[in-house]
Amino acid sequence: MIEIRELTKRYGDRTAVQNLSFTAAPGQVTGFLGPNGAGKSTTMRLIVGLDAPSSGTALVNGKPYAQHRAPLQELGVLLEAKAVHPGRTAFNHLMALAYTHGVPRRRVEEVIDLAGLHSVAGKRVGAFSLGMGQRLGIAAALLGDPAAVMLDEPVNGLDPEGVRWVRELLRDLAAEGRTVMLSSHLMSEMAQTADRLVVIGRGRLLADTTVDLLVEQAAGGGVRVATGEPARLRSLLTAPGVTVTSRGDERLVVSGVDARRIGQIAAEHQVPLYELVTESVSLEEAFMNLTHDAVEYHSSDAGRAV
Amino acid sequence: MAASATASTTLAPAPACPVYRVTGRRVVRSEWAKFWSLRSSWITLGVAVLFLVGIGAIGAALYSPSGPLGSASAQSGPALTLALSGTNLAALAIGALGVLVSAGEYSTGMVRSTFAAVPARLPVLWSKCAVFGPIAFVLSTIGALVSFLIGAAVLHGQKIALPLGHAGVVRCLVGAGLYLGLVGVYGVAVGVLVRNNAGGIAILAGVVLVLPGLTGLLPSSWGNDVSRYLPSNAGQSVMTLHPSGGSLISPGAGVAVLVGWAVLLLAGAACRLRRSDV
Repeated sequence: MIEIRELTKRYGDRTAVQNLSFTAAPGQVTGFLGPNGAGKSTTMRLIVGLDAPSSGTALVNGKPYAQHRAPLQELGVLLEAKAVHPGRTAFNHLMALAYTHGVPRRRVEEVIDLAGLHSVAGKRVGAFSLGMGQRLGIAAALLGDPAAVMLDEPVNGLDPEGVRWVRELLRDLAAEGRTVMLSSHLMSEMAQTADRLVVIGRGRLLADTTVDLLVEQAAGGGVRVATGEPARLRSLLTAPGVTVTSRGDERLVVSGVDARRIGQIAAEHQVPLYELVTESVSLEEAFMNLTHDAVEYHSSDAGRAV
Repeated sequence: MAASATASTTLAPAPACPVYRVTGRRVVRSEWAKFWSLRSSWITLGVAVLFLVGIGAIGAALYSPSGPLGSASAQSGPALTLALSGTNLAALAIGALGVLVSAGEYSTGMVRSTFAAVPARLPVLWSKCAVFGPIAFVLSTIGALVSFLIGAAVLHGQKIALPLGHAGVVRCLVGAGLYLGLVGVYGVAVGVLVRNNAGGIAILAGVVLVLPGLTGLLPSSWGNDVSRYLPSNAGQSVMTLHPSGGSLISPGAGVAVLVGWAVLLLAGAACRLRRSDV
């Protein structure tokens, strides 16, 4: 269980996380989603106490992380930035962490096998590919057999096989009753893994929801209609809660009425329809709509023109 | 939550009560393992010992009675001076290694793993000192002893020859080891303070090698007082047979000053460690 209560972190005059509250519950995969620079990594650093919050609290299994007697057994973390000395072998890196908690060598070998690092365990980490480094980070997160895991962009740099492995691993961990929290800036990744979604932008909570609910909420999709008599259809459809916008000569986009009802109305009044399509909003679009105002780094056309 | 059939493929079920625990001894064990699992540790330690033994042996081999030390009597300890002439360079290597032990964690990012495992942080600082200080002390003492013994063999029969059993010789050799061990601790503390390999090493080299020379520029009325309490000169008084004259304090006071510097630097490092974000 990871509980964030009114967490705020300021670096100088920049506020990285502002009044953030959410809970990652056991037995679920909680997706922590937001555009680059939204404050995901900062929040994770605050949770493990690498940074001190300006105000608010972050509790792991009921206590601040640093107050646990065996922190690695409470929460396993993979932070986005590299957290390994490149001159040390993967095995020695894990052993060094294991020693602090009295984790036996047997367990170190277990997580090495689990992460598929067996053949490279004796190699120095500096020579690792991004994907292998990521596997090592996940192995380290699992070292203490933690009740909760928190992974920052875990699939970064992984090949498709590795991506699938991480997804299954996280689902299994949650199924065992552990708390699983992972961050991503990719909605599609979350849709495949997460039960719940915590969306932040510019350090603020934008949504605390589920994948399905998010789509529903953000679905400004509406129904696309093409007709020979757009003006007439428009007046026929006019009702409270219904909006009709025209797109081109013959096209209308209607929201507030479903396609079935529009078809009925058109048939009753003998308005010919050439097209009647429900526009579904993709998760990616739903996410973009939600975070549009909170994106830190917009790519702009102006920049390209220069 | 019912554990599904898939659970067995990943991990053993979480134990009901914690079996793991962070203790001071375990953190020391971890730092010990970290130290020896890096090549830079072996290389730099080797270089330090090589400086101590090599320069000492060369000094003894190049000795000639007509040289600058020729007029000195054996009792004033020129044989010891020769044996320990590599101390300054060895201090540079050991101090630099101390910086790498701590600042190296910041420059590589390892520090995030370290402090995620030991979020109390301070045990890590104490453990680094408890591991590297004694390693540097023991190896330096051995190096100084070997250097002296080689010198004694080379200088056998010469006027300045000094036996190991001569009063104060062992104290000086152990003193050299103590000085270098503490320089290692200074390095660890400075590394935590500046969090940067190059910067830390530069500061350490400045304090050990450059600062003593600069105090010569101060007005002699008080420049000497400052100079005597610098780590390098306090170190000299610990490893000199008869520290005398205005420039050196007594060996006992030297030890106190050296330890005082370590306490001061470690206090600063501890403050920074507790207060700053990683």
